[in-house]
Parts: sequence; C-alpha cells; structure tokens
Amino acid sequence: MADFLLELLSEEIPARMQAKARNELARLFAECAAAAGLETGAIDVHSTPRRLVLIAHDVAEQTEAAREEIKGPRASAPSQALDGFLRKTGLSREQIEDRDGVLFAVVERPGRAADDVIAEAVKRVVAEFAWPKSMRWGSGSLRWVRPLQGIVAMLGEEIVPVEIGGICSGATTVGHRFHHPGPITIGGAADYAEKLRACHVIVDQNERERLIREGAAAAATEAGLTLLEDEGLVVENAGLTEWPVPLLGRFDPEFLDVPREVIVLTMRTNQKDFACTNDEGLLAPAFVCVANVSATDGGAAIGQGNARVLAARLADARFFWEQDLKVPLEEQAKKLDGIVFHEKLGTVADKVERVAKLARWLVEEGIVKGADADQVERAARLAKADLVTGMVGEFPELQGVIGGYLADAQGEPKAVADAIRDHYRPVGQGEQAPAAAVTVAVALADKLDSLVGFFQFGEKPTGSKDPFALRRAALGILSIIIDNELRVSMRDLITKAAHAGGANAGRDIATFLIERLKVQQREAGIRHDMIDAVVAVETGGDNVRMVLRVQALQSFVETGDGADLLVAYKRAANILKKEDWVGPQVMSSAEEQGIPQTGEEDPLVLVEEPGLKEAIAEMASGHAGADLPQEKALIGALDAAEPKASAAVEAEDFTGAMAALASLRKPIDAFFDHVTVNDPDSAKRERRLNLLMRFRDAVNCVADFSKIEG
Amino acid sequence: MSLSFQDLILTLHHYWGAQGCVILQPYDMEMGAGTFHPATVLRSLGPDPWCAAYVQPCRRPTDGRYGENPNRLGHYYQYQVVLKPSPDDLQQLYLGSLTEIGIDPLKHDIRFVEDDWESPTLGAWGLGWEVWCDGMEVTQFTYFQQVGGFECRPVTGELTYGLERLAMYIQGVDNVFDLKFNDAGVSYGDVFLENEREMSTYNFEVADTEALFDLFRKAAAECERCLEAKLPIPAYEQAIKASHLFNTLQARGVISVAERQAYIGRVRDLAKAACGAWLGRAA
Repeated sequence: MADFLLELLSEEIPARMQAKARNELARLFAECAAAAGLETGAIDVHSTPRRLVLIAHDVAEQTEAAREEIKGPRASAPSQALDGFLRKTGLSREQIEDRDGVLFAVVERPGRAADDVIAEAVKRVVAEFAWPKSMRWGSGSLRWVRPLQGIVAMLGEEIVPVEIGGICSGATTVGHRFHHPGPITIGGAADYAEKLRACHVIVDQNERERLIREGAAAAATEAGLTLLEDEGLVVENAGLTEWPVPLLGRFDPEFLDVPREVIVLTMRTNQKDFACTNDEGLLAPAFVCVANVSATDGGAAIGQGNARVLAARLADARFFWEQDLKVPLEEQAKKLDGIVFHEKLGTVADKVERVAKLARWLVEEGIVKGADADQVERAARLAKADLVTGMVGEFPELQGVIGGYLADAQGEPKAVADAIRDHYRPVGQGEQAPAAAVTVAVALADKLDSLVGFFQFGEKPTGSKDPFALRRAALGILSIIIDNELRVSMRDLITKAAHAGGANAGRDIATFLIERLKVQQREAGIRHDMIDAVVAVETGGDNVRMVLRVQALQSFVETGDGADLLVAYKRAANILKKEDWVGPQVMSSAEEQGIPQTGEEDPLVLVEEPGLKEAIAEMASGHAGADLPQEKALIGALDAAEPKASAAVEAEDFTGAMAALASLRKPIDAFFDHVTVNDPDSAKRERRLNLLMRFRDAVNCVADFSKIEG
Repeated sequence: MSLSFQDLILTLHHYWGAQGCVILQPYDMEMGAGTFHPATVLRSLGPDPWCAAYVQPCRRPTDGRYGENPNRLGHYYQYQVVLKPSPDDLQQLYLGSLTEIGIDPLKHDIRFVEDDWESPTLGAWGLGWEVWCDGMEVTQFTYFQQVGGFECRPVTGELTYGLERLAMYIQGVDNVFDLKFNDAGVSYGDVFLENEREMSTYNFEVADTEALFDLFRKAAAECERCLEAKLPIPAYEQAIKASHLFNTLQARGVISVAERQAYIGRVRDLAKAACGAWLGRAA
C-alpha cells in the first residue's frame, strides 16, 4: 500500500474553473481506478493557478486476479456460432472446454500492478477531462485548459512512467514563478506539500482562502477599518495566487461622491480588490488587494501601483456619474424608444408605457393599497431611464440602483426613487419582495408585462432554456402578491396585462404560475399535491386565498383526523368509481339530453315538476328511508358539517372548514364498519351510494381530496 | 532613470530581435489593432513557422477624447509579437521582456488573469490572459485557435503590449501626454496632443459620412475583385480598409444598433475570404 501523487503543471488556469476541475479530477481518477478494480483509500484534490493535484491514499499494490467463465453455444451448433464465440472471448478452439455438449470459455485475468493501472488512468484523465473551454498550443494536438507543462506521477517514492503529448512524467516540478522558478525534486505524496511550501507555493486552496480571508481582515483592522466581507472574492483571489499576500492601499476620498455600489463594483470586478468601511459603516477610501508575491520592498510599490490603477478606474466611474447627473432621468427616458426590448414586444419605451398604465391601474383598482397613483406612474415612467446612462453602460448589474441614486439626486420624492431602485426585485428566490406600496405597484406591473407578453408571443421557457428569465418573473409576481397580501384574481391581472395583437395565452400563463407556486411553496414545506387539491376548487386565481387554503389543508391532512378522513374519502371515491355512480337515477344523464356539462351547473336546475325537485334532493341527501343508525349518524353529521364548511370557506376560515370536515371522520368510519353499501336490495344500495356521493362532494367543497397523494 | 517611450520600443525590439523575431515596421494602413497587420493575421494561417515583432499605430475613432482624458486616445501604439509555433517557454520569454524594460517581478505583482480573445471582424478567437502588473493590464497574451474561421495549426502565440500604458507605469506618470517621449525633453503631448484634438474633431464631427459609406462599398467591391484575381494580400488590405471605415462611421454615430451586426458580418466575410485565398495559395 502506497500513496499516489499526481501533479498536472500548466500555465495559469482561470480562477473560476478551478473548483470544478478539482471535482472532475477526483471523479475521473476514481472512475478509472474502479473500472480497473484498483482499490484506493481517500482521494484528496487541490489546485493552484498552475497546478491540479491529486493524492490517492493507500493504493493497493495490484488489482485482484479474476477468473470468469463464459457459457457458449452447444458443441453441436453451426460453425458460425463457434467462430463468433471465439471472437468474443479472444480464445482459440483448444482453450474452450466442452462440458456435456455445451462449450465454456474460462478467462483468467491476472492481477495488474498498480502503476500500470495508474499510468493508464492518468492518460484517460487528461484525454477525457471536461474543461469549459480548452485549447491547443505549439505544434501539438493535445488539448488542455492552457498549455500543459509537466506531470508528476509518483506511487510511493517511485515514478509512474506516463507520456502525454510529448510530456514525460517525472519527480520534478517548479516552485513559485518568481520566488523559486527552478526545478524541485519531489520525494512523493508525503513531502509534496511541504516541499512546495518551502518554495513559496501553498498547494491547498482552503489554506490560501483562509490566509486571504484572515489576512485581508487583519490589514483592514490594522488601518482602523473593517473589511467588507466577500467570499466570492476570497475564492477568486485564492485561484489567482500561489502565495497570497493581502495588502492595504488607499484612494482619494474625493471619489466617495460616487455611489457606493459603483465604487465597490469597480474595485471588485475590475481589480479584484476588497472594500473597507469605517466605524459608522460608511465606505472608507481604502482597499485590500491580494498580491502573489512577498515583495522585496514589503509591498510598497505594489500598493502604490494598485492605488494608481484604481484611481484611474474611479476617475472613469466619476466621469460617467457626473455626466449622468447632468441629464434629468426624464430626458434619458426619451431615448428608450431607440432600444429594442424584444422584436415582437417593441422598444423599451413601449414597455414603459404599458407598465405605467398597468401600475396605475393596480393602484386605482385598489389592488395595491396605500400608493399615490401619480407617484406610481412617475416611477414607472422613469424606472428604465438609467439603461441609457453611461454608468449602467459600464456596469449593467447596477440597473435600477443607478436610477434610484439619480432620481434622488434630481429631487424625485423618496417613494419614487425607491421604486426605481427596487422595481427589479425580488431577483433571486428567497429574496424579500419589496413592501413599499409604490415599489410594489411598479415591480408587479413590470414583471406581469414581461411574463404575459412573452407568453402571448410564443416565447415561453422550454426545458433548461429561459432566455427572458420568465421563471424568475413568475416567482417575483407570486412573492409580491403573497407577501403583500394583494387580493386579486390572477385571471384579472393576466387579462389586464395582455398585449394588443398577442395570442390568447391566459391558460398557459395560469398553469405556468401554478407550477412556479409549487416551486416557491416547496421552500415553505408545502406539498405540490396540496396545491393541486386546492387549485381544483379555487377558480378565481386569488393566490393569497389559495395559499391560506393550502396551508390549512396540509395541516389538516397531517393530523390523525385528516389522515383517516383521507382514507375514508378514497374508499368512498373508489366505490363510486367502481359502481360508476353518477347520482340519483331519475332522468337520463345530462349528456344524453344534450346539456353541456361543465361540472358547475346545479343538476336540479332543469327539473320543473313541482315536488319532484324536493324528492330528488331528498334522495341525494340520503335521508329517504335510511334505516341503520350509522347511516342516520352520517346524514346528521353531513347536515351539520356542510353549512359550516361552506360558511367557513366563504369567510376564508379554512381552518374552520377543515374542522367541519374533521367532524365527519368518526361517522364515516362507523358507516364503513357497519353498513354494506352493495346491499342486495337495490333501493338500499342506491340510497347508500347516494350518501357516499354526498360525503365525497362535501369534502370536495373544501378541497379536491382525490388530488392528494398517499 | 526610467525608459523613455522611444527607448521602451527600442528595448523591446532589441529583446525580441535577439529571440529570432523579424523586426518589422508598422503596416502603412489605418487599423484598429496590431492583430490586423498581415504579419499576424495571414502569417498565423498555414503550416510555416513565423516569428515577428513590430510596433503598430492603432486608430480607434470612438476612443478619441479631444486630448482631454489622461488615459484615452483615439490613436495609440501597440507592440505586437507573434511566435509560431508558440514555444513551450513563451511565458518565460515574455517575463524576460518585462525584466528587460525595468519591471522587477519580485518587487511588482505580475499575474496572468483569464481573458479570452475574440475578434468578430476577423472571425478569430484564442485563449489566454491579460497580464497584470500591480493590478494594471499591460499585455494581452493569446494562443490563437482560429483566424478567418480557419483552425490555426500550428498555434501562434500573440503578445500585445499597450505601449502608452506600460510607459506610464514605468515612468510613474498619470497623464499620457506627460510621458517623456525621449530623453531630450520631448513629451508624448508635444508629439501627439494636437493630433488627438484634430482627429477627434474630424472623426466625431467633420468626416463626410456619405463619402465614408461610399468608400466602404468601394473597398468591399475592390476586395472581391482582388479575390477573383486570386490576390489574397491586396484583398486582405481592402478588408482592413473596410474595417477602418466602419469604425469611423461608428464614431460618427450613423450606424444603428441593428445595422452594426450587418456591417461587422460584411467585414468578416471579406476577411475570411482573403484568409481562405491566402491558405489556398499556400497549399
């Protein structure tokens, strides 16, 4: 048993690819070892900008020998069958055994030495490695993320010989590019990390990340500041350095006039620098960069250089900001007719016009309460104006934020500026939906306009493709409505948001929203089948009401009463289905009479004859002729529960409605225990089936239990 | 004493000349980047080895700022090195050039940061990095994978130094016009400030757009005539010309967003056809 060390030395691997590359390396190697039957202990993987490293612990010396018997054709079979068998097994006729007229091949696979298996594995790993982008270099045809320069492959203290694209494995590698550029000889997996550390390379990314995290925080603290933590930057800088050295630098406080987000983003995206704050939490004119060298002057030149580059970047940002400040957003908004939003949905100016009207309507209809309709319309008309500013041109991810700052600086009311800033929210799942009334109206209108429009023009998401982020828009719509308890039917919203000239996509959109609702509510622990059970009985599309009802239903089904009632319901429904029972048999079915059945009509509405109506109703209720006490008890329970349940549903007291259903649990169980539904007496049978149907329908008034799983 | 602008160029010439590069003079046509030079585009195609280094003036009309921005110019210089096939020690060779111009890698932070290169007008792309010195991009370092839509076999390694930026760094200057051009008291501004002012005015305000559109059409037509006559080099020159005319028209703001792609596509077709003809002749 020995440890295996693999180092693939290359030119700099992009930081963003290193985490996946480590996983890929471990996966491929483990796969190759397993396929060859080579046993290993734990596999560790590391990366630096220049190396991918794998250490497989406790590698077996060889694979187990194996013996395999393969059954072949009968000895009397035609010669083609024998030829095929020989080809398949790679044996000759003499090596085949004849056992009672049936041919058998016995294939012996001797154990293979570990280094042999490993050499093959290394070749396969390099050949099959899936990089997001790979390249060729020089005159060769080998592909790797950047030119591959060396391979260290050692099992124990022995080199595992491999040759890939002209590169031969060995025991030598190089240290830090500048601190220790010469060759280093590695003894094996055991001394690899320490030998490299002595040559200014920290092999383990987690250790480099920790050094950066702690070192950057310490550099800030030393200057009396607090580091603005940014784990993404920690990982990225660890992927750019073999010997990370965090250094603090400063910039001219004059730049602090520029919005904070702009400064932080400039430092982050362009320079990979951390930002710092002062005691009051305000942005400080300082940054922490992470160098890849212990500089001979202690980092003075590096700090100065970085400060100069950052100053030039911030000067650019300030230039854009000052230019943008000079132009009123209202003027900028006029340029939006030059930007195509989507070829079928018109320009951004067209979108703004639609959103402004829709947002205003939301307020005037009382759907969004507490907002000033004029402010809402104003915010909607200015919300997209920052798209034509220089600042958003430089940093598209600051859309909205820049508009908010500009609106504020240009004297718009706070509610309007806030709405401009936040109208893209919520962006990610789990992000809080906006709560300020003006913002709510604009954010909802903006997302509705996109969702409905794209569906109407046939641009709905398919599979993994969602180029217009409509899933996110739908989730945003649901969060805004549910979190702010907006009482409105989805159908009305979709109708109102419809684009002129687009197809009718109402049903598709409603279905899509229900699917998104399931995704969203799953986070809150709500089962998808509960949603289906409620959607079947909630036709209005009021999401707030739906969620309340779903929550009450799930709580109920999770109680003992609920679970038992569900069992009884399923039993009743199964009997009715088996008997094909559709109700009191007074007249031929509605279908035969040519009456359209939508499921909502009152079955008695067409019955004209005086007295008959009451008689049928009584039959349906099950009262007529009930003889067993359990029948009477169930009838009594239904008589009491039905009005309670429907009144509670009406009053949105869904817990009350569930309690009414709970009162049916004992009577229905007793009914099933003592009453034979399929009585030979057809009148009794009919009566009891009618009673079961009444029970089923009473439950269905609260939720369609047939949709509930289990 | 730090290197003057012209000594920076001379030092690089000397260094890359010693590595076996042909030291060329700038191509005598207007172009947006040193890559457009036939010594890069055409020579990166086909099997023959090739090593060259040269300075190329680059004209980017939209980047002009009337000489008022300390970092932006409508006309500036790139130092271009191409090595084919890319040698195994290309990074080392490159780092050697930095030491040569006075950048000590143990005092400064030199890093290779992912930056993939693509030129839609040349139908070209490659993988590599931007090289950072203390957070500043000083060089674009690329391994060409495709040029003119054709696979590069062998692969050319391309180094593009931004000369003004590098000089500003070495000289510790914050305004490009303050760079010392030589050691006899002449500044970059003395040589180029008036040029920036006038060319910005011309490119943004004066250039006759009708004439430019006409010239674009003529260059495209001339390119096609050259292709018919099986003359890839003149054809490629016309493609360069069309590309620069397109850049100028963009600066004048007369090409809409929708049209932009169509113009880029037109130039790319011309460049690709010229590259194809060049390869055909070599085969």
